Amino acid sequence: MRRLPIGPATILWTIVAIAFAVQFALEGAYIALGVEILVGLVVLVLSTRPQGRTFLGRLKLPVLAIISAFIVGGVVLIFSDLEFYAAFPGDPLGTLAASLGRVGSAYGALIVGALGDPGKIVAALGSGNANKIGIAFRPISETLLATTPLILAGLAVAVAFRSGIFNIGAEGQLKIGAVFAVWVGIWVPLPGPLHILAALAAGVIGGAAWGFIPGILKAKTGAHEVITTIMLNAIAQQIMLTLLLSPILQPEGGTTPISRTVMDSAQLPVLLDLPKIRVHFGLIIALLAAVWTSWLMFRTTKGFEFRAAGLNPRAAGYAGMRAGRTIVLAMIVSGGLAGLAGASEVLGTTHYLSPTISPGYGWDAIALALLGGTRPSGVVIAALLFGALRAGGPSMALATGVPIDLLAFISALVIMFVAAPRLVREIYRVRLSATAPSTPQVVETPL
Amino acid sequence: MRLRLNGITKQFPGVLANDHVSIEVDRGEILALLGENGAGKTTLMNILSGLYRPDEGEIVVDEKPHAFRDPAEAIASGIGMVHQHFMLVPIFDVTDSVTLGSEVTRGPIGALDRPAARARIVELSETYGLDVDPDAMIEDLPVGVRQRVEILKALYRHSDILVLDEPSAVLTPQETEELFVIIRGLAKAGTAIIFISHKLNEVIEIADRITVLRLGRVVGTVTPAETSQSALAEMMVGRQVQLTVDRKDVTRGEVVLAVKGLQVRDDRGEIAVKHVELEVHAGEIVGVAGVQGNGQTEFVEALTGLRAVDAGTITISGTEIHQDPRYIADLGVAHIPEDRLRDGLIRGFTVAENYVLDAYHREPYSSGIRLHRDAVAAAATQAVSDFDIRTPSIMTDVGSLSGGNQQKVIVAREFGRDVKLVVGSQPTRGLDVGSIEYIHRRIVEQRDAGVAILIVSTELDEVLALADRIAVMYDGEIVGILPAAEATRERVGLLMGGVR
Repeated sequence: MRRLPIGPATILWTIVAIAFAVQFALEGAYIALGVEILVGLVVLVLSTRPQGRTFLGRLKLPVLAIISAFIVGGVVLIFSDLEFYAAFPGDPLGTLAASLGRVGSAYGALIVGALGDPGKIVAALGSGNANKIGIAFRPISETLLATTPLILAGLAVAVAFRSGIFNIGAEGQLKIGAVFAVWVGIWVPLPGPLHILAALAAGVIGGAAWGFIPGILKAKTGAHEVITTIMLNAIAQQIMLTLLLSPILQPEGGTTPISRTVMDSAQLPVLLDLPKIRVHFGLIIALLAAVWTSWLMFRTTKGFEFRAAGLNPRAAGYAGMRAGRTIVLAMIVSGGLAGLAGASEVLGTTHYLSPTISPGYGWDAIALALLGGTRPSGVVIAALLFGALRAGGPSMALATGVPIDLLAFISALVIMFVAAPRLVREIYRVRLSATAPSTPQVVETPL
Repeated sequence: MRLRLNGITKQFPGVLANDHVSIEVDRGEILALLGENGAGKTTLMNILSGLYRPDEGEIVVDEKPHAFRDPAEAIASGIGMVHQHFMLVPIFDVTDSVTLGSEVTRGPIGALDRPAARARIVELSETYGLDVDPDAMIEDLPVGVRQRVEILKALYRHSDILVLDEPSAVLTPQETEELFVIIRGLAKAGTAIIFISHKLNEVIEIADRITVLRLGRVVGTVTPAETSQSALAEMMVGRQVQLTVDRKDVTRGEVVLAVKGLQVRDDRGEIAVKHVELEVHAGEIVGVAGVQGNGQTEFVEALTGLRAVDAGTITISGTEIHQDPRYIADLGVAHIPEDRLRDGLIRGFTVAENYVLDAYHREPYSSGIRLHRDAVAAAATQAVSDFDIRTPSIMTDVGSLSGGNQQKVIVAREFGRDVKLVVGSQPTRGLDVGSIEYIHRRIVEQRDAGVAILIVSTELDEVLALADRIAVMYDGEIVGILPAAEATRERVGLLMGGVR
């Protein structure tokens, strides 16, 4: 018996997708409809590509994982609604349609919240009113704003992963980086660009130092980095709080744990000088960091050592590479990138340091490093997705009353599906194009 | 006919692994499947065991066509696999290991019925002469007995088509003889047996018929009576094969490697190498023979800088070495490690990356921190052609090459630079005739060019074929050093057993 080329799940999803499309069209939610059609086309294109080393082939599993997560999220949303159970026995079809509509409008609001309303954007551009343009582009700006630290922290985790180190400590490294950067931003008077550079460098040094500790502990004593980095996260949090309540960072007469504002000369400029637009130069830094990381990993001898240690530390040792040195260096680079994320936040987004400097960027970073296949380009794309979820969530909650926790749930599902590639492959009947039939892992080495 | 495979074809991207392969085996018959690594034996067996589906062709069991969707269906048809790498749980006893997955239960809640299972195992082992204690822990059993447990597992599942994948690879000559007695007994009792191997003498000894595979195709089927080792080798490799190594007389030069009073500890801190004294001269091959686990691994690790020297000295051309693999390599020491995928290569890295694994930091591959990918690619391309490495491209993951080609990548890397001393640990383990011949020739070439060579191998034949002098290691000591002329199999065998 031959297996069907498409799985039952694919058929089911297609029916649900058509139902959503009708729903959106009836409601006049054309952006949501557009996004849905776009996603559908992407899936269609991907379904003709075997999973493998090509760009599209590599995209396949993550995209399918994301779509699956949203579908399961929608199902949970329907079945967690008590009204659904009350109304269902009386009018099953009508209730189901209404519930699907609720999911549809929630996702629609999420998309508008993350990307903006094209109608408003066109109207604002037409009016030429800076205020209106700012408001229309605000959702995209907020998405990119949240994406910035996620890219940097995601790169940090990805570099460590590739080197065989499970760096759970990006959160702590980010905070120490933020502390260092904000201190330089407040206290070291330097002229314009130099001040920014010094503060950014301080952030990198702070994060790198915080990455060095678990690195050297692992290299010298074998202490497992998962344990040490988690502990160092807690220590970083306490150091930050202590400093925030001390004269080192706190303004005179202050009582709350909020630091002084950094000098104007240390602030990262916004990308577009429009009202309500907050996305700043940190985004460019993050993208440059992604390019730099890619260069480091694939074009340098150090990157060669990192990847060798990550894939087979024993053979790396036989070839004369020094395991300890590689671990320490990889952790310094990883920590430095996370520290840069913290610096970009305090210098670009908030201009001061507070205990809420990171709403869990360091944790999201682990997820999106995995989703991005631990390659820098993948991290950037995954960070955009997580950034959009963070930026669009409040709009969704406000507009439709759907709890924002749904998004945390969906993020978790994305990771679950990414971490279980065989599950996704089985659901969607993905063909493998691996060179070796026996190795399920996709090998990703451009050299 | 109990089992027939008809025109099986299986294509992987870039490789036609099986090209219309047809084999058959009847009850009570022993069919040997002979072929080099990469000839398609393993793919064929994975199809037979339900792990892969063929693109074309059919599996016919008792004249009924089957398509196995998973291994369970293959097992249900009576097919039992004994893999080269055993699938046993070390901390289970024999009874639990055998029943795992098809446990006997009783009562409504499905309580395990161990006594019933145990009785059946005892009965099976008595019927077929598989001497196994049903209560012994797997981890306490020697390799040969573990293999019997694997066979018991298949019999327990009522398999009467038994597939043995390279069963002698892990056995001593004596254990292999015992295995053959068991196999013959099983055949006499009506089991159909497929015996996969690349060892010519074995298939001639055990098989009723021999089917030879080359490059995914059946080259022919012969009976042992009408063939010979050299005829089989020719069928397998596709050309005439030299089964012995040609060696010129070379006058040996000065001492390159000098080991004095060497003591090395193993991972548990026990003394594994005891007061070893050994010299290797330029232009000679010294072979270290010995049963596995007599300190050879630790000895080689000390020589190559991977393990600390506890006492004594190791000097290479007068320079005393310490624990630093890169420094030792820079002195001109080539190292062929005993487990290529564990120690010698990085799976997930390309052929090119593996080729520069110990030289990536030097000119011309890098300057400063930058890695020059063009230079790496150029050197790797040259090596692929110089050493006849069969790979789709230098960008191919080294893990997807056959074992012989993986070993060639290592040999190309290690011999590709200026070498004074070669330390080879099991340099041809698990390789096929063609690759063994090739690697041996390269090693002898190095010797003829005046390189000092130390070969550590548990395959006595290999040591006898290559070495000018043979040192025997037993319980961490060198118990004797014999010139090749005096090293008969018997004398060396006695020394290997610790009899001086």
